[in-house]
Amino acid sequence: MAATNIELWQDAEVTRIAEIADGIMRIELAPALPKRAEPGAHIDLMVRINGEEAKRSYSIVESSADGTKLVISVLKAPLSRGGSTFMHQLVPGDRLQITQPLQNFPLRVGAAHYILLAGGVGITAMANMASVLKRLKADYTLVFVGRKRSAMAYLAQLQDEHGSRLEVHVDAEGSSLNVNELLARAGADTELYMCGPIRLMDAVRRGWVERELDPSALRYETFGNSGWYDPEEFVVKVPKLNLEVTVPQGRSMLEALEEAGADMMSDCRKGECGLCEVRITEITGRIDHRDVFYSERQKRQSSKMNCCVSRVITTETGAQTDASSNAGPAMVTIEPN
Amino acid sequence: MTEVAAKSTTTAKILGHPLNAWYVAAWDHEVTRKPMSRTIAKRPVALFRTEEGKAVALADSCWHRLAPLSMGKTVGKDGLQCPYHGIVYNSAGRCISMPAQETINPSATVPSFPIVERYRYVWIWMGDPSLADPDLVPDMHQMSSEEWAGDGMTIAAACNYQLILDNLMDLTHEEFVHSSSIGQDELSDSEFITSHEGNRVTVSRWMRNIDAPPFWLKNMRDKFPGFEGKVDRWQIIHFEAPGTINIDVGVAKAGTGAPEGDRSQGVNGFVMNTITPETDRTSHYFWAFMRNYCLDSQLITTQLRDGVHGVFGEDEAMLKAQQEAIDANPDYEFYNLNIDAGGMWVRRILEGMLAAEANQSARA
Repeated sequence: MAATNIELWQDAEVTRIAEIADGIMRIELAPALPKRAEPGAHIDLMVRINGEEAKRSYSIVESSADGTKLVISVLKAPLSRGGSTFMHQLVPGDRLQITQPLQNFPLRVGAAHYILLAGGVGITAMANMASVLKRLKADYTLVFVGRKRSAMAYLAQLQDEHGSRLEVHVDAEGSSLNVNELLARAGADTELYMCGPIRLMDAVRRGWVERELDPSALRYETFGNSGWYDPEEFVVKVPKLNLEVTVPQGRSMLEALEEAGADMMSDCRKGECGLCEVRITEITGRIDHRDVFYSERQKRQSSKMNCCVSRVITTETGAQTDASSNAGPAMVTIEPN
Repeated sequence: MTEVAAKSTTTAKILGHPLNAWYVAAWDHEVTRKPMSRTIAKRPVALFRTEEGKAVALADSCWHRLAPLSMGKTVGKDGLQCPYHGIVYNSAGRCISMPAQETINPSATVPSFPIVERYRYVWIWMGDPSLADPDLVPDMHQMSSEEWAGDGMTIAAACNYQLILDNLMDLTHEEFVHSSSIGQDELSDSEFITSHEGNRVTVSRWMRNIDAPPFWLKNMRDKFPGFEGKVDRWQIIHFEAPGTINIDVGVAKAGTGAPEGDRSQGVNGFVMNTITPETDRTSHYFWAFMRNYCLDSQLITTQLRDGVHGVFGEDEAMLKAQQEAIDANPDYEFYNLNIDAGGMWVRRILEGMLAAEANQSARA
């Protein structure tokens, strides 16, 4: 539980890889400085994209009791910034720079009821927690939501491990999750932990507030890598710095501005802290707010954005097809902090 | 030569402390709505009570800029507000209010340590919370039983916790350190028996047909006014890992069957000791003296508490001096004597716990 956020970097060897679901690679690592991973822990690691290093975070799905074996699972995202492509090319014997387990998502022992909600590859953050709750004989339900079974990692193992405590919802089978129905089961003494796509998490957050449930009992972790809309290429103008920068699909606005020489302030790079916010003075298109720093009200107002995760899209629907039929890329003019 | 697979107990002069165990953080009356700070097993902890009176322990350092939460104030049902920028955490250590923004950063938490209130103490678990089973709280039931009366205090001991365990596991020191109250020659003359099972160690010593030392003569006369004569005296030391030692002590009129189980012609006390490591070289030493006679006498409760306080002051001075001598002589080792058997079994158990934790925990 002790939040461990000191990044201690170390060498780790890739010992096994296996594709365990559509586009999801299970990667087993042997770290040089083993440390036991608590439920909810993740590691940061360095990936190489076009010859440059970049940091990515992955939840620890399993770990041996002594921490000598760590397992992560990575979804190859078609519109990724390049990190997942790198991760999918790893082979046993490759070496990576990784941190010791970090903790931003601690599981609290002792709640009367737990709901663990995993959407797609978000199961990676919940699997370890579910195992611990089972060991503690806690009252928990693991809700696993996916598009289709073949894209749901660890499904068979989870069924074996959790039996009737596992609840599976599959869009392709018409058994999609009804968020309202799920939240109706949450009482004052329920803690809900979730990890999944932003639409799912936003729906749960909204329902949680509407039902006036204890805000501190809703726990989630965001790595800032999913939005309401698919990422598009867009243009950002910074008159103060005399800059006009194109932000490609696979790059964040913050990274693009940094590469163009802007001296930007930022910290978490996952839309939590709000340090990278910039003021919007003009926009052609819409903001896809991907952060958890702004309230719903602030997101509607859209006078600022957290440029580490949030993006600009051409139209309200945000679909790529619309974008391609449009005349030009979306454009935003900002004043940096 | 045959290699002997020796299971040797080391004599580390500064013994580490297990974390997966219950330690006393405070007396129940110390923890109030006004937050307090106490360092337990090298971690500063903020202790306070919720509006409902439940004791809470949070890491004493705000998530944001690490200011000590114990300097803040309790707010609402179960909140503790950081004194610096006003961030509020609930009893689970979760941020419930973050001034100057409309949302709460989902990472904003401070560790909340499992707590059990039992036997007039607030017990804390500093290790893996998923192992914090309340059934593992050491037995100190005399502290809150209707059949026992008494009170105690806390010693801020300037030594490693294991030195205190050593002190309590071998009472031959009484003859020399406590010569004016409970010490007597027969202590080092009489035999003792050591036994151990699981995480417990027992050392028993009986001294038959002796003169009662001043402390015990007074107690006998409280129960049997005008008592004179020889007594049978006992000391039965019960250790329970990691730091609790309850000592069953007493005297009875000589030859009335106390060693065989009939203590009706005697007085019986329990010296309740539980030691919490603060740092490697300091400890919180919680003690109480409980008795099973003259239960209604506050006078005797106060006299016994003050009397034992005086006796323990002699230990406190010796332990501090011992720690200083240990630190001043880094090149010298401990040697062990036959009288250390109880203390050595305590070490064996603690080292087993430490090894188990090292196997499943950080090497960093």
